[in-house]
Amino acid sequence: MDKKDFRKDFYIEPPLGPKRTRMQEFQRLFGQNRLAILGLLIFILFFCCAVTGLFLTSGSRPIFDPAMVRLQEKLRPPLSKANLDSLQPEEVPVLGIYLMGTDDLGRDVFARMLQGAWVSLTVGFVAVGISVLIGIFMGGIAGYFGQHYIRTDHFLFTLALILGTGLMIANFTFIGTVILLLCLAYIFYSLLARHGSTEKETPALKAMLHSNAVSVDTLIMRIVDIMLCFPSFFLILTVVALLPASIYNIMIVIGLTSWMGTTRFVRAEFLSLREQDFVAAAKALGLSTFRIIFRHIMPNAIAPVLVSATIGIASAILTEAGLSFLGFGVPPPHATWGNILSNGKNFIFDAPWLTFIPGIAILIVVLSFNLFGEGLRDILNPKLRERY
Amino acid sequence: MLSFIGRSIVQKTITLFFVSIVSFLIIHLAPGKPSQVDPLNPKFTPEVVERFQKEFHLDKPLYIQYIYFYHDLFTGKTVSWKDNQSVLKKIWERFLNSLPLFVVGTLITWTLSFPVGIRSAIFRGGIYDRSATFLSYLLISIPGFFFAYVLIIFVVTHFHVPVIGMETFGIGDAPATYLFMDRIWHLLLPSVLGATGGIAVLSRYVRSQMLEVEGQDYIRTARAKGLPPEQVHYKHALRNALLPFVTMFGLILPGLIGGSVIIESIFSWPGMGRMAYEAILARDYPIILTVNFVSAVLVLAGTFISDLLYLVVDPRIRL
Repeated sequence: MDKKDFRKDFYIEPPLGPKRTRMQEFQRLFGQNRLAILGLLIFILFFCCAVTGLFLTSGSRPIFDPAMVRLQEKLRPPLSKANLDSLQPEEVPVLGIYLMGTDDLGRDVFARMLQGAWVSLTVGFVAVGISVLIGIFMGGIAGYFGQHYIRTDHFLFTLALILGTGLMIANFTFIGTVILLLCLAYIFYSLLARHGSTEKETPALKAMLHSNAVSVDTLIMRIVDIMLCFPSFFLILTVVALLPASIYNIMIVIGLTSWMGTTRFVRAEFLSLREQDFVAAAKALGLSTFRIIFRHIMPNAIAPVLVSATIGIASAILTEAGLSFLGFGVPPPHATWGNILSNGKNFIFDAPWLTFIPGIAILIVVLSFNLFGEGLRDILNPKLRERY
Repeated sequence: MLSFIGRSIVQKTITLFFVSIVSFLIIHLAPGKPSQVDPLNPKFTPEVVERFQKEFHLDKPLYIQYIYFYHDLFTGKTVSWKDNQSVLKKIWERFLNSLPLFVVGTLITWTLSFPVGIRSAIFRGGIYDRSATFLSYLLISIPGFFFAYVLIIFVVTHFHVPVIGMETFGIGDAPATYLFMDRIWHLLLPSVLGATGGIAVLSRYVRSQMLEVEGQDYIRTARAKGLPPEQVHYKHALRNALLPFVTMFGLILPGLIGGSVIIESIFSWPGMGRMAYEAILARDYPIILTVNFVSAVLVLAGTFISDLLYLVVDPRIRL
């Protein structure tokens, strides 16, 4: 046996890296998931419709005027021709036909649907954006700084500050001012005490104030528990009903009441990632905490957040439609899919298209987000990746 | 065990206390006063408003109002601002109306989703599984109010039965069987609607649980022994897959009071959700706060019960 064969027999293949990059793997798995592709396509279509709809229906002389009332043309079925004899020249619809019919005031349902698409889109994205931002922030703090303790005096100070501000807003100016002044005095006191502390033994009260109250993790998770106790749709309904009607209030309220899930995901991811070697290496290299959190840990923790955000958009759109349906929500004459359906419900037997068109539109859009989100969950699941 | 119970009761009481504070603050700090609901009403003179505020302690500082409210709530003396009736009595009446919806809806959910989920787990990847998956996505995504109208149109045009309300108006002295069928028809649609989301979610969950258990080693052993497939699926796999669902009995408790606002207002069903909706419209703070408080209690009790059930059912868990 010569040397060459010997080498060949005992040749050990060097360990191979993955044959494909993570992106290629993602594309391969995505290509197999037909429902997720369908969801993505519908979403892109919806996005284009909403954006073009915004341009076509806004401005002083929109191409499709969603607010044009033609009382002589009310409750016309879809695809019916406009009655040119009874209309003023400026009232004639652009295409000469009502693509999706007209409602009880003779407004073009197609134009109203276009206008409503933009509302659904922005409500979904802004509300979920708010909830994801809060969720990442709270979850990141709870996961990364969770083992730190808050000192009793800081805790009491924050409570007093919130209480004082709240009382000021609620027109109890006197008590509020007193509490805020006390806070201010405490800041001065602690600054003075730090510079001029010469006493050896600390008094009992001061020791108690400086003791550890709760850990950051406990505090944030208890806040999450408290928020989870509220019945969410009922809470949203209450707040939206009490606040003045506007689309921004709805977005903010939906966002503020749906961040708890994201917080839990992000916290769990941070807790496990924080202990990993690459974080220890980053710390050893002397990177700043900010950079470690946002450059090193966050990209690894973002996958479950993306999935829950996609499904969150679906539920935010459903919630907004439900609120519009109940008559809260975007004030009329602005059209949303929920209030087109809500107006149409009085005519379900005479004009079923007023119920079916917005209903099916909401169904398809929400379905596409759900399909895409679930597909994303499968694709990002490391158990399904090909092993080497 | 006892220490776990004690600890979690203390923890949940603290959570409940903060929930009560937060809900009170949300309602009272929101713009708009309950005395200004109907400014055009000529009966709402400044004197009446002042008397109203005095009667319900609205002129006192916020923390005193808080103490007054929860003191009244725990002694059962809270009255609705709208009609001066006892809030707890009102909630109890509406709760009894919502109860049949909840019971029938839960029964439909649990009886339908188990067979569907198990079957799609056994025939994984087949046409049945794929269509069940797609159907459950469809059911999750369909807006409840739209589905309600589709069902109403279908039932009314095909069966010619009235479905709105709890019973047909003025049905007084009809024969007993007719009365019974009337109640059934009125009950059926809202409970099916209440169950749709639940069926979709629960059947997916059953499927994934079954799949997880079917991949275990002891299932392979059971197959290798030559047991018939039915016995493997239903005796070995299903029994172990059922474990997490025992705890879900605790988690359906909050649904008792939730009562869907939208579905109850479409069907004019005088239940909890509709009462809460009317209370919100009328700014009837005692009712809103009480409903909120009771549902928070139910959520906390539900998680507590499900923790306990887990302890009882799963011997591997020790606290």
